[in-house]
Order: sequence, then structure tokens, then C-alpha cells
Amino acid sequence: MTRINELLEAFGSAIVLAYRAFLSLPSAPRILKRTSEQGYLAGYTTLPIVTILCFFIGAVLALQAGITLRDFGAKQLIGTLVGESLARELGPVMVAILLAGRVGSAVTAELASMKVSGEVDALVTMNIPPERLLVLPRLLAVILVMPVLTIIGNIIGWFGGAVVCAGVSTIGVDSAMYFQSLKQYLSIGDVMDGLIKAEIFGFVVMLIACSTGLRTRGGPREIGFAVTKSVVFSLIAILTLDYFITKALA
Amino acid sequence: MPKKTNLWFARDDRSPVKVEIAGLNKNYGSQAVLHDISLEIKPGEIFVIMGPSGSGKSVLLRQIAGLEIPSSGTVTINGLDPSLPDTRDRFALALVFQSGALFNSLSVYDNLALYPLEHRICPKNEIKERVMHALRILSIENAAQKLPSELSGGMKKRVAIARALVMEPQLILYDEPTSELDPVMSATIAEIIATLKEQFTVTTVVVSHDRDLALTIADRVAVLHQGKLLAVQPPADLRKNPDPIVNDFLNPQIDVRNPRFKQLEANHE
Repeated sequence: MTRINELLEAFGSAIVLAYRAFLSLPSAPRILKRTSEQGYLAGYTTLPIVTILCFFIGAVLALQAGITLRDFGAKQLIGTLVGESLARELGPVMVAILLAGRVGSAVTAELASMKVSGEVDALVTMNIPPERLLVLPRLLAVILVMPVLTIIGNIIGWFGGAVVCAGVSTIGVDSAMYFQSLKQYLSIGDVMDGLIKAEIFGFVVMLIACSTGLRTRGGPREIGFAVTKSVVFSLIAILTLDYFITKALA
Repeated sequence: MPKKTNLWFARDDRSPVKVEIAGLNKNYGSQAVLHDISLEIKPGEIFVIMGPSGSGKSVLLRQIAGLEIPSSGTVTINGLDPSLPDTRDRFALALVFQSGALFNSLSVYDNLALYPLEHRICPKNEIKERVMHALRILSIENAAQKLPSELSGGMKKRVAIARALVMEPQLILYDEPTSELDPVMSATIAEIIATLKEQFTVTTVVVSHDRDLALTIADRVAVLHQGKLLAVQPPADLRKNPDPIVNDFLNPQIDVRNPRFKQLEANHE
């Protein structure tokens, strides 16, 4: 029962945090510098790992699909399968998971450390809402960065698939046929559905990271617990939301 | 006392505030930390809250700062609830934390400039002048571009006080300003607190277990023991207080026969 209460309390305080952060939206021009710094951290530093991961996801997808589709004589559809899977599902999910692990954990650790050392209380006594200074720039940054990361991840993943199709002799689909198949069935709507997912995942991951960090009490040991909690909650939220968003968009 | 410094940025229209605490109780779960505290802190006075470790001093200070909500009773600043953002809009309140609570990612200069920048109090060039002036008052102008992690404990305390000064506060709250400092630095901090009160006409609340600091700079001293208020008196009267706990706290005698240690052991058993 206590666990359920804690969970509900965490959920409620995350909603309140988002509400308070967006109440500060009129002051967004004043936090442009902070937003761009957070955008750099969330975007630029995540990009290398996104490109590596998405390349190999595309490659593995093409390899698995290629072997199966070849047996059914439908290997010309590999491009469609890889394209659709990445754009609608794997691209946004993998980018969000990377964001939770790479950026969400760092944000939770930073905010938890600020909370424990009294920096957040110092802001409160200075009548500077922590939601405006610490949360809003991060939420705005992730909203701006997620579509870019997802599109880049998708494109790299598609190329990963193309490399495997052309390079693995048992599949033997050349790049022209692969991209022809990809273009033929992949619509802008598919990509947009993926971007909507990415936006929601990114927002939720960052909200969980900020909320968990700012709710930390105690000492350094609790900072570690907070980081673990933030990443675990983020992963659960991504996969749970993924089902419901997919159902809503279907 | 150090040379008097003209705090040119002290505003005439910002008079010191009155703090009133009535029937304050604070519990954490089943643990009662403050019991029925009632007192009034007059505008412009230096009020020192003393007491042994764990007596609830810092909790009381956080109640005055509005960082925590009382379990029962009220805390007001000029009749308003300090935990409400509207109250903080009306009165500038500065809290000097025991650890300094400086923003580690910002330089000393940016730590000081944050409040005026965020509240758009004045143009940037004026903010610079104000920040450098506060740093000069505390003799730390050379540290302006340093990060808090590069500073000693004493420097951090001075930066925290300078950050409070830049806010032009009507109420300054100090949480253990001399803890972890050597006697000379403690004396310097005490002098700074007294000088700022004198020239800034600000209401000052100091939480400390430093007897010398309390009895030297305070207009009145409150003694807390196990969350209860034992006495609120000017230092001269407090010295004559017959209460054995107050007397023992102010004039502890070290007895090699260990009566206190034996008492602790007995309590533990």
C-alpha cells in the first residue's frame, strides 16, 4: 500500500511540476541560453550513440527480415519492413531509451545533488522558481531535440539496413531495390507517427528525470537511488506509453 | 570592528521586517522536533537562536524562511506567510545556508548576479557594479571568476553572505555562519554580521551554537533545548539566567570525572 501511495505521489508531483514549469512559459525568452545549453547536452552528446545504435538496429532488422523474407520469395520488401519498423516503432523507442540512460540519468543526478546540497532551497528563498530555472529549459530542449534525433536515427538505421542488404550475399538485395521498396510503402504519416511518439517519450523521460531529482531527500546515497529510480521509471513509461500511443495512432 | 562600508545600494523604501511565531509545532512523522514555540523578532534586531546540536534550531530557521510548513501554529513576516511566493515578492528574504548552498555550476560572480538578473532589478552594468561592490565588502573580489569548488570553507561562507547582500534583504537568516571555521574567521564573520545589520538596518536571525558569537553580536538570544524554548533574553540577562540547562550551555565546565558521559551511558542503557 505504501508503495502504491509513493507511486501515486510521484505521479502527482510530476504532473504538478510540468504544470508549474509551463506556467513559466511566458518567461521562455529569458531562458533561451539555458535551453540551448540543455539542447546541446541532450542532442549533441546523445547523437554519436544514437547513430551507432540505430545503424546496427537497421542492420539487424535487415538481416533477420532478409533471411525470413528470402524463404518466402519476398526479399524485395525488406526495405519496407526496415523503413516502417524504424520510423514507426524502433527509432523513437530506441532514441527515448538512450535519452533516459544518457541524459535522464545525468539530469536526475544533477538535480538530486542540487536538492541535497541546498541549492534548490536557495533558489526558493531567492523567489526564483526551480521549475522555471531548472525544469522548463530541459523540457523545452528535449521537445526541440527529440524529432531531430529520431529523424537522424531513422535515416542512419535505414542506411544500416541497406549496407547489410547489399553486403550479405545470402540476402542479395541491392541498394536501389532496397530504397525503392522503402520509398514505395513508407509514407510521411508513418514518419510523423514516429515523431509524435518521440516527442511524448522525450517529454515524459525528462519530466520523470526532473521530478525524481527534485524529490530527492537525504544524502549522497539517495542520489544514486534517485538515478536508478528515474531510469527504471522512464523505461517502464516508454514501453507502456508505446502500446497506448500505437493503439491511438492505429 | 572592521572599517564601516557604505552600502550604497540599500534602499530607503525597504524597512526591516517583523517576524512573529505563535504556537509553532513541527513533527516529522511521530517525532516532534519543535514544541509550542512562540516568539517575536523585532524589526532591525539581531536575534540569535542558540542550542545544542539537534535542538531544532535549523528547523526553526527553515520555518521562518518558509521552506517548511508548520505542523501547527503560525510563522509570519509582517503578518504574511513566508512560504507563499507572494510574500517573497513583497519582502526580500535571504538565507545564508550552513554549507553556503552556492550553485556549483556557476562562477562566484554568476552566483551573486543570479538574483538581480532573474528578477530584472536593474540593467546589467548596474548588476555588475552591485556584485563587485558586495564582493569588495567581503574582501573576495579576486574570487569573482572562480567556481565554488575552488573556494575554502570560509570563502564559501563569505560568498554566500555576499549573495545575500546583493538581494538587498529586509530579513537575513544565517544558519550556523561560523561552523567549521577557525576562530579568526569566525570573529570576522561575526563582525560582518554586526556591521551589515548596523549599516543595512536589516532584521537578522542567526542560528548558532557558537556562544561567543551569540553573546557578542546579539540584541536578544533565544535558547532552544529539545525543541522547547527555554529563554529569550538580551545577552547580559541571559548570563544571569538561573536555569541549569541554560547555564550549563553557556558555561560548560569540563569535568574529568565524566559526569555528562556517564549520564549519556546511563540514558543509553
